[in-house]
Amino acid sequence: MHYHKPHTFEDAIKIAANARGVTRFLAGGTDVLVQLRAGTVTPDDLIDLKLIPGVHDIVRAKDGGWTIGIAVSGAELGRHAALVADWPGVVEGMNLVGSTQVQGRATLAGNLCNGSPAADSVPGLVAAGATVTVIGPNGTRKLAVEDIPASPGRTHLQPGEIVSAIHLPPRGAQGGDAYLRFIPRTEMDIAVVGCAISLTLNGDKIATARVALGAVAPKVLLVAEAAAALIGTTLDDKALAALQAAATAAAQPITDRRGTVEFRKDVTAVLAARTARIAYARAKGAVK
Amino acid sequence: MSKIHVSAVVNGDPVDFLADPRESLLDCLRDQLGLTGSKEGCGTGDCGACSVTVDGVLVCSCLVLGVEAEGKAIGTVEGLSDGGTLHPLQRKFIEHAALQCGFCTPGILVAAKALLDQNANPTETEVRYWLAGNLCRCTGYDKIVRAVMDAASEMREAV
Repeated sequence: MHYHKPHTFEDAIKIAANARGVTRFLAGGTDVLVQLRAGTVTPDDLIDLKLIPGVHDIVRAKDGGWTIGIAVSGAELGRHAALVADWPGVVEGMNLVGSTQVQGRATLAGNLCNGSPAADSVPGLVAAGATVTVIGPNGTRKLAVEDIPASPGRTHLQPGEIVSAIHLPPRGAQGGDAYLRFIPRTEMDIAVVGCAISLTLNGDKIATARVALGAVAPKVLLVAEAAAALIGTTLDDKALAALQAAATAAAQPITDRRGTVEFRKDVTAVLAARTARIAYARAKGAVK
Repeated sequence: MSKIHVSAVVNGDPVDFLADPRESLLDCLRDQLGLTGSKEGCGTGDCGACSVTVDGVLVCSCLVLGVEAEGKAIGTVEGLSDGGTLHPLQRKFIEHAALQCGFCTPGILVAAKALLDQNANPTETEVRYWLAGNLCRCTGYDKIVRAVMDAASEMREAV
């Protein structure tokens, strides 16, 4: 295995383009090193992206949006008070990944590119309307986060392409987001169902909404029908019931050792309502 | 496979070692530097027995490559005691009998110290969540949590 430490994304792409065997990019390493040790993936070339300037930074743009470097750890996100104030749901999703030790290393970009349908940070990013900059041999492109995952362990990134930054839009006034997941224990487990909702208010009425579901399909889902059930309402019981029906209808879970299809659909409805209430309260400024 | 020269600081001492790029930091600490306090329980970042700090950040050393340690400051359980004097956490673990087989203990001590370094007065809930990534199959955790709380209390009084 050859270990590379490029200082620019351009160099990283060149190394990947010239590599003949299995190539992996290294950020937090909490998936790559597990696969390396288990012998499931032994890269011929391992390209460490952590020495590229800017990858550890969290930067607020003039318009109020955010750019998050691909090597920013979960712990660093959680400590960033201004980011947490704007996007608590995005941060609480990432902070549910693994232990304190894993939080010291694991990154949003890695969680996204690992391609797990149960990735805890991805529904929050999708609900937030986050985008990523992708840089590769054919240039740079910007993709919505929901367009990255393809199926379990697979993404729509082309060979040699890297996510080089994650972008969150401006939160704006009267906005709130939240992420909840169900696990059978209190900590250190993989989501049986995850739900993220981001919304903005106009007075008491929901003006815009995005609803994302995790662990109930081969990839994280953005559910437009569930968002439509919320828009124009004050999150009354009728709106919550419509949200639950739309979210349950969109869920296409499988039965496995973590839960059955029926259980996952039930939990989807419960989490959707709870998540919506928290996002709504945050948008009203009632809780952070 | 050519080895890579790595220079780092471990427990305040400058060290140099040659690492195969596939080697974990844990294996480098144990096999190259003879620091066998950090243990391998799972090798997949689930058990926390290999916990160390890298530039002050608590990590599993099985999930860090040795070559990534270049230029970093590493803290292991061997750095907790001051010469022959045990760290308050170490003393309280003995006092409360917070260990049985002892395999998880170095990782828990390093993790608990990382918590107390940033939060001198944690609640029991904060201690339990912070240590959720450190598995112990002997004690049932109560004695560990009590030892950490007691050490924190003593360290606050000493300041």
